Amino acid sequence: MITLTNVRKSYGDEVTIGPVDLQIPTGGITALVGPNGAGKSTLLTMIGRLMGMDQGAIEIAGFDVASTASKDLAKIVSILRQENHFITRLTVRQLVGFGRFPYSKGRLTQHCEDTISKAIDFLELTDLEHRYLDQLSGGQRQRAYVAMVLCQETDHVLLDEPLNNLDMKHSVQMMRHLKRAATELGRTIIVVLHDINFAGQYADHICAVKDGRVVEFGTPAVIMTDEVLTRVFDTDVQVIDGPNGALAVYY
Amino acid sequence: MAEATIARPAAERRTPPARRRTSGALPTPRARRRYWIVLAILIVLATGFAFGLLAWDNPLPVGSDGFWRIAQMRATSVLVMAIVAVCQATATVSFQTATNNRIITPSIMGFESLYIAIQTSAIYFLGVTGLVALTGLPQFVLQVAVMVGLSLLLYGWLLSGRYGNLQIMLLIGIIIGGGLGSISTFMQRLLTPSDFDVLTARLFGSVSNADPDYFPVAIPLCVVASVALWLRSRRLNVLTLGREATINLGLNHKSEIMKVLFLVSLLMATSTALVGPMTFLGFLVATLAYQFAGSADHRHIFPVAVLTGFVVLAGAYFIMKNVFYAQGVVSIIIELVGGSVFLFVILRKGRL
Amino acid sequence: MTTTLPTATPSRAGGRLFDWRLLLGVLGVAVLLVVSLFTGQFDIFGDPDGARMFAITRIPRTLALVLAGAAMSMCGLVMQLLTQNRFVEPTTTGTTEWAGLGLLGVMVLFPGASIAARMGGAVLAAFIGTFVFFLFLRRVSLKSSLIVPIVGIMFGAVVGSVSTFIALQTDMLQSLGIWFAGSFTSVMRGQYEALWIVAVVVVAVFLVADRFTVAGLGKEVATNVGLNYDRVIMLGTGLIAIATGVVTVVVGNLPFLGLIVPNIVSMFRGDDLRSNLPWVCLLGIAIVTVCDLVGRTIIAPFEVPVSLILGVVGAIVFIALLLRQRRHG
Repeated sequence: MITLTNVRKSYGDEVTIGPVDLQIPTGGITALVGPNGAGKSTLLTMIGRLMGMDQGAIEIAGFDVASTASKDLAKIVSILRQENHFITRLTVRQLVGFGRFPYSKGRLTQHCEDTISKAIDFLELTDLEHRYLDQLSGGQRQRAYVAMVLCQETDHVLLDEPLNNLDMKHSVQMMRHLKRAATELGRTIIVVLHDINFAGQYADHICAVKDGRVVEFGTPAVIMTDEVLTRVFDTDVQVIDGPNGALAVYY
Repeated sequence: MAEATIARPAAERRTPPARRRTSGALPTPRARRRYWIVLAILIVLATGFAFGLLAWDNPLPVGSDGFWRIAQMRATSVLVMAIVAVCQATATVSFQTATNNRIITPSIMGFESLYIAIQTSAIYFLGVTGLVALTGLPQFVLQVAVMVGLSLLLYGWLLSGRYGNLQIMLLIGIIIGGGLGSISTFMQRLLTPSDFDVLTARLFGSVSNADPDYFPVAIPLCVVASVALWLRSRRLNVLTLGREATINLGLNHKSEIMKVLFLVSLLMATSTALVGPMTFLGFLVATLAYQFAGSADHRHIFPVAVLTGFVVLAGAYFIMKNVFYAQGVVSIIIELVGGSVFLFVILRKGRL
Repeated sequence: MTTTLPTATPSRAGGRLFDWRLLLGVLGVAVLLVVSLFTGQFDIFGDPDGARMFAITRIPRTLALVLAGAAMSMCGLVMQLLTQNRFVEPTTTGTTEWAGLGLLGVMVLFPGASIAARMGGAVLAAFIGTFVFFLFLRRVSLKSSLIVPIVGIMFGAVVGSVSTFIALQTDMLQSLGIWFAGSFTSVMRGQYEALWIVAVVVVAVFLVADRFTVAGLGKEVATNVGLNYDRVIMLGTGLIAIATGVVTVVVGNLPFLGLIVPNIVSMFRGDDLRSNLPWVCLLGIAIVTVCDLVGRTIIAPFEVPVSLILGVVGAIVFIALLLRQRRHG
């Protein structure tokens, strides 16, 4: 369970986030959706303590994000941002191995190695594990980053637009991996998504953010309606019955 | 929470690889072999050049009393080279990691401008006797303390607080260095040519600037700071992933950076106060070391970098002294090579 | 933050180019220039040679201030437009150091070279250096606009160390310092006329500034709107090289001028390129003139080179700009 109480953040002169009050239930995938600049990524980075807030409190599984030691939080929550560029040349396995740092402080034990192997296998990177990241395709690289945060074995996983720059096939693949991580590994996954239909299809909960506030929170069935989506996205949206569930049509 | 184990999907299961899977920085036996060979070659070269500097052109037979007496005198400069190599190599590698930028060198952060400003103003205000006033152990300690103190002020001011920003800190450091530089240049042009000649020797890094009297302070500083950085290798590895990944993995990014920069400033101040400015030596050494080591792990990079630094310095001195008879220009030659490598690297780079 | 740079909005330009504020600015600068004309050790009213000295030294010196100030600040503006980066100017990209290297090269190879030959060397080297740096900027993708000046200053340091090496080998180190330090002390009739070349640069910038903005947005954007990208970059680099090279040879290094002037102008007037152009000229002239006046008076009868004052003042303003940027993220 992640609880946000009266969270506010302002930066620059005009951008303001909050006040946000939100409870994200344990388990499953929660998708943050909303128009550009609504504050989805900012909310996510604040939950992941990459950015401080001006007011309010965030609790993850009962631990206050602002006051809990960062090294303890690293065993509870992991976050992956969109842009990941490293100055060193790392292999997939070395990268994933960094996910063990909160436990091993860099001295990998056999248990760590096993966990790393499992994370790599889980994301189907077994054959690529000794490839360097710059030798991978965009989809493979994105999977390697996700493997790293899964390898951190945190109950809560935050992903900022993991489908960015992925084509249709890799986007679907990525969402299936995340779904499996939620169901098979019991992780609570919070993910910023751009495409409302991906959220409708794969998420268990959808949280709609607009102008720095949470305007809707509910199951896809509740959110995927003409009225709600039109209001959230400020554009005419029609929800129709697709072969695999509701589909938002907005063009 | 940590017990949520990752199950292997049955459908995707592949034949497990025969060998044990490990994540070491040198994953394959080939990489391991390559690393140890590189290290061995560097050690051989380093001992070779060190012995060469001590024994070459020594008129007395190897092993005789007189031989050792001459060697002992030369040993001082070999020791200085070792100190400078350790300082510059360790500091530059750590600095590049902390700033997440592989085309930067800590020496442009104002250490050298400050050193030059101190030397220039000494001779400007006090004449040649001013430089004499700057020699001596207390003065050496004072110079190091001033450099470290000012850089700590800069880091503390610019990195802390809500708007802390590493890049702005770097740039401000460089600009302050530039401002000090223009003041020094002004004073230099008012010096009499003879005073200026005396100063010139101090403006270029040279092993002969070092005074063995400084060793009791310089060696412990160098050893303590570089060992401390070496012990932080694993944390430095995490820092290479950038701020966000570092925080995600549970490290306090800001305090890690501050600690690393403090140790770097100790090393840079020691090296600069000992031999003078060596702007691109660190850059050259670090760039070569990344290529040689073939590993992203600082525990592998540091030894290679230090050895490379020593080989470059000692090799340059040995060759310039015994082949070209021009050991006065060694540091400038190193600067030129380092500068060219810098140009080559930035033109090849795809991303900063 | 990378792309918040002067943009051209020609529709508003016509009406706002000349208004009363600009007249006031011109007037202010004119007063400064008059002060500059009548400041100095030589008593031009009492001495029988007064009028002659006035014509030989004071007028040329003041004209040199106008030309160098306007050219170097325009030069900074062009660089900032072309790179879409606020922190770029000849001092932070190595252009100045290249010009110095070119000058030194000519002096070493042909000791008796004419002033035209020295300028040729400086301009050519400045062109090569600037071109290499632009080439580098086009090839890399940058995480932060602040990396550009950091790399540029390192780049300048490399070139500077080559100059130092040559100077040391040829025993010219102290003279090198004197050449590079920007100073209007030695400007007099018969020596400064070459500076008129940079007037061409100023006029050219007035005419084609908009194209530089478009080129700064990248090759694709420029080609899309029908601009010959390579030609514009060449033109820009050429203008920068001419201004930097000529000013370096005649006056010396004027650090940070091209950086602080366009930034201050856009801070007060927003980012309307066309109506900002005359202001960039005026402010450039004003700052150089004030620095020169200070340099002439604080330790009179001696002079402090203008580059020292500009170096210190410019560094302070640059740092202030950085801290401002930091607050605005």
